[in-house]
Amino acid sequence: MERLFLIAATVCFLATFAYTMFALGARVARPSRWNFVVMLVGFALLTGFLQLRGKAVGRCPVTNLFEVLVFLSWAVVLLYFVVGGTYRLSLLGAFTAPFVFLLLVVAQLLPAASHAPVYKKSAGMWPELHAALSLIAFGAFALSCVAGVMFLVQERHLKRHNLDSVFHALPPIHDLDAAMQRVMSAGFTLLTVGLLAGFLAGNMKAHLAAIWTAGVVWLIYAVLLILRRTHRFPARRIAWMSVGAFTIVLGTLWGLSFMHL
Amino acid sequence: MDILCIGLSHKTAPVELRERFAIGDAHLGEVSSLLAQTPGLGEAVVISTCNRVEYYAAAEDGAAGLKTVSAFITSKCGIVPGAPSFIGLNSGEGIRHLFRVVSGLESMVLGETEILGQVKKAYQAAQTAGATSRTLNKLFQRAFNVAKEVRTKTSITRGPVSVGSAAVDLAAKIFGRLGACNVMVLGAGETAEMTAKALQSRGAKAIFVSNRTYERAAALAEMLGGQAIHFDEWERHFDNIDILIGSTGAPHAVVKAGRIAPLMTRRPDKPLFCIDLAVPRDFEPAVNEIEGVYLYDIDALQGIAEQSMEIRRQELTRCEEMIELHVAEFAQWLAVPRPEGTK
Repeated sequence: MERLFLIAATVCFLATFAYTMFALGARVARPSRWNFVVMLVGFALLTGFLQLRGKAVGRCPVTNLFEVLVFLSWAVVLLYFVVGGTYRLSLLGAFTAPFVFLLLVVAQLLPAASHAPVYKKSAGMWPELHAALSLIAFGAFALSCVAGVMFLVQERHLKRHNLDSVFHALPPIHDLDAAMQRVMSAGFTLLTVGLLAGFLAGNMKAHLAAIWTAGVVWLIYAVLLILRRTHRFPARRIAWMSVGAFTIVLGTLWGLSFMHL
Repeated sequence: MDILCIGLSHKTAPVELRERFAIGDAHLGEVSSLLAQTPGLGEAVVISTCNRVEYYAAAEDGAAGLKTVSAFITSKCGIVPGAPSFIGLNSGEGIRHLFRVVSGLESMVLGETEILGQVKKAYQAAQTAGATSRTLNKLFQRAFNVAKEVRTKTSITRGPVSVGSAAVDLAAKIFGRLGACNVMVLGAGETAEMTAKALQSRGAKAIFVSNRTYERAAALAEMLGGQAIHFDEWERHFDNIDILIGSTGAPHAVVKAGRIAPLMTRRPDKPLFCIDLAVPRDFEPAVNEIEGVYLYDIDALQGIAEQSMEIRRQELTRCEEMIELHVAEFAQWLAVPRPEGTK
């Protein structure tokens, strides 16, 4: 049943992406509200999967890389609904959907995807809170990366005077820059709280590598945010850095996946 | 029941003739009501804009109805509304024409949306005056729905179609809302004035005008409600400027990349939109290479306007196909006999 939820969710995100591409090609003035609904259905299906999986493993379902990637996808979509609505960046969904689709496909191709869930007693509230908050923070960083990519695409269009249908559909670079910054700040706050929860969890020696990794990610985003807040860097460079930083985050997920709660 | 339409527009008559038939907004309801009371009709809506004057009516006999409306116009204006300036349409043609008008397909600038508001006002005036009933109410409501559908499902209204609106659209794609944008105009050309006004109409704040002849700068600044500054002082205001418009008559570039690049390092995260309306150009093309600077010259802006117009023209067939479906549906509804008092 849970696997069905996951496959259906993957199809939803693929459908959203495909429809947006079609709409852009067909020059439809506004993206359909069905697009939003399909993403919402995808989100509900992912929530269903995580709930069933959580019951099966007896705790927050982030016990292997497969579950981590699914949880991350869920966090990205959750933050999209929060941010997309706030900034009215409807096309953020179009860029988020293929990203989530890709994450889900990669997750399902992993060997861990075929392993039956193993029930283990929960390690307690703090370790679970640490893992969940850190992954939601990574979801926020993923979204800031998506906004960064959108910024770079739109900026390139403006520089090159290439005003095609993508240009018309994308939001202003000012709005994308603002969205990128705020999502990044939200992710940073979540990661900070997640790290604190990690410290409160105790048993630091056992998770030293994971704590170091999370600490490095925290430091990278702290520097990025300081650079942005002090107005020392052009928005374009911050956008590139946001993409680069998230690539590092993805790399660290491999390491984090070996952390046992 | 038949729908008929008699009218003239920018396509069929020059302004000298159109103005003789024009009706002020305050009288639209009254004229519609008078026409509706004419024997043989029963319902009427009169539309009058700078580009068209059109009389719509519902009559049992379309051909006779056209003659009645024609006689009404003659009695009102003292001129017989004949071809080629006037067009007389009945049956499906009248319905199709209204749907095309509200969708902007008959407008001077293809796809413009102002006409929809004007038709809505004219219809409301007629409705308030009691000049409409079942048939025209249904027709105009359907027309407004058709206009909405055409607008949202095609790109007929998309993109700017003039240099000024292209500049405003680009500024909006850079800054989002223009409410916090400061504009500086170098020179005092007419196109620069129009562009500055267009930006101002979208919320742009302070306007600085700098010209080699200070008096001309002062005159334009006064017209725009801005501030005149001496030409050799414009760089002092650079840090506050978001949009820089070049419109001087200088024979060489007055804004050079070598000068702008160091100035931009003082404001690395604040983009600068440069609009070069001058010929010869006021900005060195290399200015566009500077991080955070977006330079568009007059050819680029005209190209955008033409590109938008081309896209609109390409969308015309799709719009017409949509309209045809609605014309057929409405004609079908019209053909069904209904007892008086039913909807």
